Amino acid sequence: MSTLSSKIQDVFNEPGCDKNQGKSDKERKKGCTKQLQPGGAAGGCAFDGAKIALQPITDVAHLVHGPIACEGNSWDNRGAKSSGSRLYRTGFTTDINETDVVFGGEKRLYKSIREIVDKYDPPAVFVYQTCVPAMIGDDIEVVCKAASEKFGKPVVPVNAPGFVGVKNLGNKLAGEALLEHVIGTREPDYTTPYDINIIGEYNLAGELWQVKPLLDELGIRVLACISGDAKYHEVAQSHRARAAMMVCSKAMINVSRKMEERYGIPFFEGSFYGIGDMSDSLREIARLLIERGADAELSDRTEALIAREEARAWAALEPYRERLAGKRVLLITGGVKSWSVVAALQEVGLEIVGTSVKKSTREDKERIKEIMGEEAHMIEDMTPREMYRMLSEARADIMLSGGRSQFVALKAKMPWMDINQERHHAFAGYVGMVEMIRRLDLALHNPIWQQVRTPAPWLAAEASNLRSLDVAQRNPGPSGGTSPDLGVTACLQATA
Amino acid sequence: MASVVKSKKACTVNPLKMSQPVGGALAFMGVRGSMPLLHGSQGCTSFGLVLFVRHFRESIPLQTTAMSEVATVLGGYENVEQAVLNIAQRTQPSLIGICSTGVTETKGDDVEGFITLIRERHPELAHIGLVYASTPDFKGAFQDGWAAAVTRMVETLVEVPTGPPRRGQVNLLPGCHLTPGDIEELREIIEAFGLAPVILPDLSDSLDGHIPDDFTPTTLGGTTLADIAGMGRSELTLAVGEQMRPAAAALGAKTGVPYVLFERLTGLVANDAFLMRLSELSGRPVPAKYRRQRSQLEDAMLDGHFFFGGCKVALGAEPDLLYAVGSFLAEMGCQIAAAVTTTESPLLERLPCDEVLIGDLEDLEQRAGDCDLLITHAHGRQLAERLQLPFFRLGLPMFDRLGAAHQLTVGYRGTRGLVFDIGNLLLAHGHEPGPDDWRLAHEPAAATLAAD
Ligand code: SF4
Repeated sequence: MSTLSSKIQDVFNEPGCDKNQGKSDKERKKGCTKQLQPGGAAGGCAFDGAKIALQPITDVAHLVHGPIACEGNSWDNRGAKSSGSRLYRTGFTTDINETDVVFGGEKRLYKSIREIVDKYDPPAVFVYQTCVPAMIGDDIEVVCKAASEKFGKPVVPVNAPGFVGVKNLGNKLAGEALLEHVIGTREPDYTTPYDINIIGEYNLAGELWQVKPLLDELGIRVLACISGDAKYHEVAQSHRARAAMMVCSKAMINVSRKMEERYGIPFFEGSFYGIGDMSDSLREIARLLIERGADAELSDRTEALIAREEARAWAALEPYRERLAGKRVLLITGGVKSWSVVAALQEVGLEIVGTSVKKSTREDKERIKEIMGEEAHMIEDMTPREMYRMLSEARADIMLSGGRSQFVALKAKMPWMDINQERHHAFAGYVGMVEMIRRLDLALHNPIWQQVRTPAPWLAAEASNLRSLDVAQRNPGPSGGTSPDLGVTACLQATA
Repeated sequence: MASVVKSKKACTVNPLKMSQPVGGALAFMGVRGSMPLLHGSQGCTSFGLVLFVRHFRESIPLQTTAMSEVATVLGGYENVEQAVLNIAQRTQPSLIGICSTGVTETKGDDVEGFITLIRERHPELAHIGLVYASTPDFKGAFQDGWAAAVTRMVETLVEVPTGPPRRGQVNLLPGCHLTPGDIEELREIIEAFGLAPVILPDLSDSLDGHIPDDFTPTTLGGTTLADIAGMGRSELTLAVGEQMRPAAAALGAKTGVPYVLFERLTGLVANDAFLMRLSELSGRPVPAKYRRQRSQLEDAMLDGHFFFGGCKVALGAEPDLLYAVGSFLAEMGCQIAAAVTTTESPLLERLPCDEVLIGDLEDLEQRAGDCDLLITHAHGRQLAERLQLPFFRLGLPMFDRLGAAHQLTVGYRGTRGLVFDIGNLLLAHGHEPGPDDWRLAHEPAAATLAAD
């Protein structure tokens, strides 16, 4: 526990985070998350965050140490794609029982690791700590060390039990686990001056693959993506990259910064969402690589590729401009997406009537103002009821959010599009941007809207008493049936 | 008939099981104006929420006491009190259903005591029902949590009757293996006999996927507290699924209402018994509609038995669902070649097969190799792909199909639907013979000969 709390303090002390640096020592100790409100909060836990960050490493066995709740209720629910191994999609859990709670679950954990090694022989096992074993004092670091020695394989403890904080903290603790146990433990067969790391990209719906072909064309090699579509050995040898891109999120800033510190890998923060941001990211990657020894001509080739791809994307978007002009978007999402997506949407003339900033940092908010102007409609906290009202009063034409609030929009009979992690469509890079707008257009212009918004015909009939009386008399309704006409009759009787 | 075996593995691979607290939470969602509250860390709630949203494709009311590490050590009274106050203020519920989790059970929070204290300190909350169910994550499974929550609702919310039974009122206690569509079907059947059912919990009203006129942060529908209070005035309680026995018994003990337990309502004979009972109770003959449905089911069984007969099935489900569907498939001539379940139940040993394993989907995968059909919840999709088995999705979660809430397995009509849906799957995957199908064991294949 003490190593965990010092790690948490370390993560809270992130010098790469400006917001954090603006705080007093005491404030900083409290960390970057507000105290959660009982009965008014429902985000993921730190374990959830750690799993999200590491599960995209595809050939590793991800073993969750805890009761069935943590894995049994959640496994197989994320859309990180793999080009090879499918082991990451297998749910492994110790599923501890009452006896373990009383006598400790370390033995079961050790045996579980052995079973996994015997049956699946993965290059490594990641062990996730959860709340209950943390409470009863199971020391997963010790068990992992013993297992690692015994089985001759890396067994990596990920110490992020849910109750230490929110998802975002879990992302960082996952990063710490990589820094401590994985990164730098293996040498690549060869290196080139064109080797980069991409950090904080999880390849959801295959988004990494929307970007990778561009890098391939430029001769830039992704030495490791942390962690989308990654293999264990790639992460282990990532310390030999020349430069790194941290994907528009502070979630893994500790990894980026510590790799810069330890291995001299410079990094920048960029986004793959939106045409402008995509181009900027490519430029930045080329610039950093040239700085670190790549040939200067990379810059020209990059510009040429950008010019070609941008032209292509704009041409593909052209047909949508007219159809989408002036349509109003309500954006309910967390953190960086609040600005990276805004920029993308504005590029085709959509109007953002509001963006949530609940989980955004001060810097995120600055970016929003930069993009949307001082008048930006930033929504601090919106209850589902308010969302519903806003949509049913048609103060927005479509809502973009994570899956959990989709039904607020749909019940208000308003279009909705998923932009969070469970989404099925990939929206990165130039092709992704076009896809996002295509999907948005499809959602907005689906013919169902007209039908579902038209009230039932008998409601109009009901409005004119005479006519509905007539209907009721002509159709007394079969006994025991539930025909709408019966409803009308009953209604009339009740109001008579 | 079956021997019940527990998996000896230390590591659960590809869980079939979900935890008790989320089962309890779902039960609370069948009450009108209800807000389920998990007493634990926030992640447990968040996972539960995502689980239900993916399955039902509906907004899900679910809250957390947001226990931090420190709160966990100190005990959770403040968090429970705060949560109740916040929920009361924000969402004006009629009921807050509290489920414990592994975290708070390990600490040993006395939530019953907390509630007494909250009642004392906050008389302004008197109109809100507070029900607590103990549902540790490290024991039992989803259906145990559901059963616990229903039992506690009966114990806390049902009033001791003061008058005589109301003629024609019956209680229906459906297990969590019944979908909202199933519950609706049962309601219709019961009403067709002129009876008035009080259903607890009634997901058919709250999670059946309809468009409400206004938005509510609590449940959209469900049984009202008044109806629950009046359950003691019913003539009879109909419980569906072995898991509902404790709740039915508790209701009987408190109010004197007798109960009948239907272990399943899938299959011809099972439904005959159900309709007979309703007919006796109401004094009315079985309505023509159901006579017709019965004969349609008979016809479907006759048409379908060719494809079911001898078919080897691998089945993974919670005990009550396993029993209902397993028994029905056996009645259709299938062989239950592999059966895996999540938790103990007296029904397990009565399953028509050799062995029932309390285990996970890896266990099922190992046993399903030479089966013709796989039936389990959506998590079976990976193993179905690996084993190249036709796959029928059944149970919760079903996150990769539309209309999970309306899947029907009860009544003559629901059973007929199962015959058609499963039968069609078997029909589509019929085995095409090849030249090597009947080769003798000792005779080397031609290809090998040529290669040598
Ligand atoms: S909060 Fe703790 S117990 Fe709950 S899901 Fe997260 S790790 Fe598991």
